[in-house]
Amino acid sequence: MSIFEYNGSALVAMVGKNCFAIASDRRLGVQLQTIATDFQKIYQIHDRLFLGLSGLGTDAQTLYQRLVFRHKLYQLREERDMKPETFASLVSALLYEKRFGPYFCQPVIAGLGDEDKPFICTMDSIGAKELAKDFVVAGTASESLYGACEAMFKPDMEPEELFETVSQALLSSVDRDCLSGWGGHVYVVTPTEVKERMLKGRMD
Amino acid sequence: MSKAEIDFPPKGGFSFDLCKRNEMLIKKGVQPPSYRKTGTTIVGLIFQYCGFHSTFLEMLIGCLTKNFKEGGKTEDGVILGADTRATAGTIVCDKNCEKIHYMAPNIYCCGAGTAANTEAVTDMVSSQLQLHRYHTGCESRVITALMLLKSPLFNYQGYVQAALVLGGVDVTGPHLHTIYPHGLTDTLPFATMGSGSLAAMTVFESKYREGLTRDEGIQLVTEAICSGIFNDLGSGSNVDVCVITKGHKDYLRNHLLPNPRSYISPKGFLFPKKTGIDKFFGY
Repeated sequence: MSIFEYNGSALVAMVGKNCFAIASDRRLGVQLQTIATDFQKIYQIHDRLFLGLSGLGTDAQTLYQRLVFRHKLYQLREERDMKPETFASLVSALLYEKRFGPYFCQPVIAGLGDEDKPFICTMDSIGAKELAKDFVVAGTASESLYGACEAMFKPDMEPEELFETVSQALLSSVDRDCLSGWGGHVYVVTPTEVKERMLKGRMD
Repeated sequence: MSKAEIDFPPKGGFSFDLCKRNEMLIKKGVQPPSYRKTGTTIVGLIFQYCGFHSTFLEMLIGCLTKNFKEGGKTEDGVILGADTRATAGTIVCDKNCEKIHYMAPNIYCCGAGTAANTEAVTDMVSSQLQLHRYHTGCESRVITALMLLKSPLFNYQGYVQAALVLGGVDVTGPHLHTIYPHGLTDTLPFATMGSGSLAAMTVFESKYREGLTRDEGIQLVTEAICSGIFNDLGSGSNVDVCVITKGHKDYLRNHLLPNPRSYISPKGFLFPKKTGIDKFFGY
């Protein structure tokens, strides 16, 4: 079994009209046994930047703690929040440092940049950035997520429609993956507010 | 080991502190992860066009002054081309990635191999070249970029898997080089690298000639990349072209889009039965 399949995860981020959505499943497992159904995979770095981490749970938490440390230092030095593009470069550099002994994590970064332009990005476990204009996916359910997002995505969706699309894509994909699921956790972020919702999904 | 050392590795570079843990995991039967590769077609060619004005008088003047170029028009430079597909195993993870990386205003580099490695190595050398330009006050030379790229690749003995096609125009003229992951370099008039290199090389070998014009060169590069896109499974999507001539460059991002998505349903997806929500927090 691959190391990425040890805990199981599904993450997706999608771009809408001046907004973005980032969603994850809620399962934490040890291979085929589920041990928690409320595991947090999406973290808020500052009010316009979210980070999702898929892959090995322990590496995800360690990496998140390191990134929060670096971001807090940045805030103290620069007296402002990090832009999403800068944060993505930071994550990429931190992962590439460990090129020959990597963290088993695939991050998904989503944020609102200058002029409220949504920014999404994903990386492989050694920091190769993929900047997409529509959607990014990560986790054990990523193959199904690619298919579902490719079919359901439309450009310039309003926040409510974006929420529906992301939720349907996530739920249909995790239904086809044994290692992820047990509900969903969706954040829809616009320049003025953040809406966090838990989804009802199949509990198997 | 002090706490500070754990969080900030000394002077940058690679840190190997997770290697022991990862080796232990591999011994226990866990498979190492697959990295995003740019299974690719990347090409480059040099064009050197020497054209003469058709009037006999100008040609005579050219002969008399023993400088044919004065009577004619010369155009020379380097054209680089790349496809835009990035794969993770057999899944396409990026349908429109950029593989032609900026090194200097007159030097560009196409990268194949593990995506993180090519991006890291080209970013590193690009900043070293910028510092060198500040230090010397001169335009960067292509062989400088070549040496700065091949030394670390050789030192890492091929573990940093980056196969590159480096091209640019400097004071000494147009140059094109290929760099292999172990540090070997080649200087060539036309080159191809990546999984689609054989497909692209067939096009070059049959159609390349000395004295190509800029437009003929772009046409040939596009054809070679298309050959890689349609025949190699690791390459696909669109064609990116970069034309570098003396003092000028043209980065033609998505120069050709031979794979448009024409099957999108115009209605889109509608979800009349709303998704079931457990809890809602608005703030």
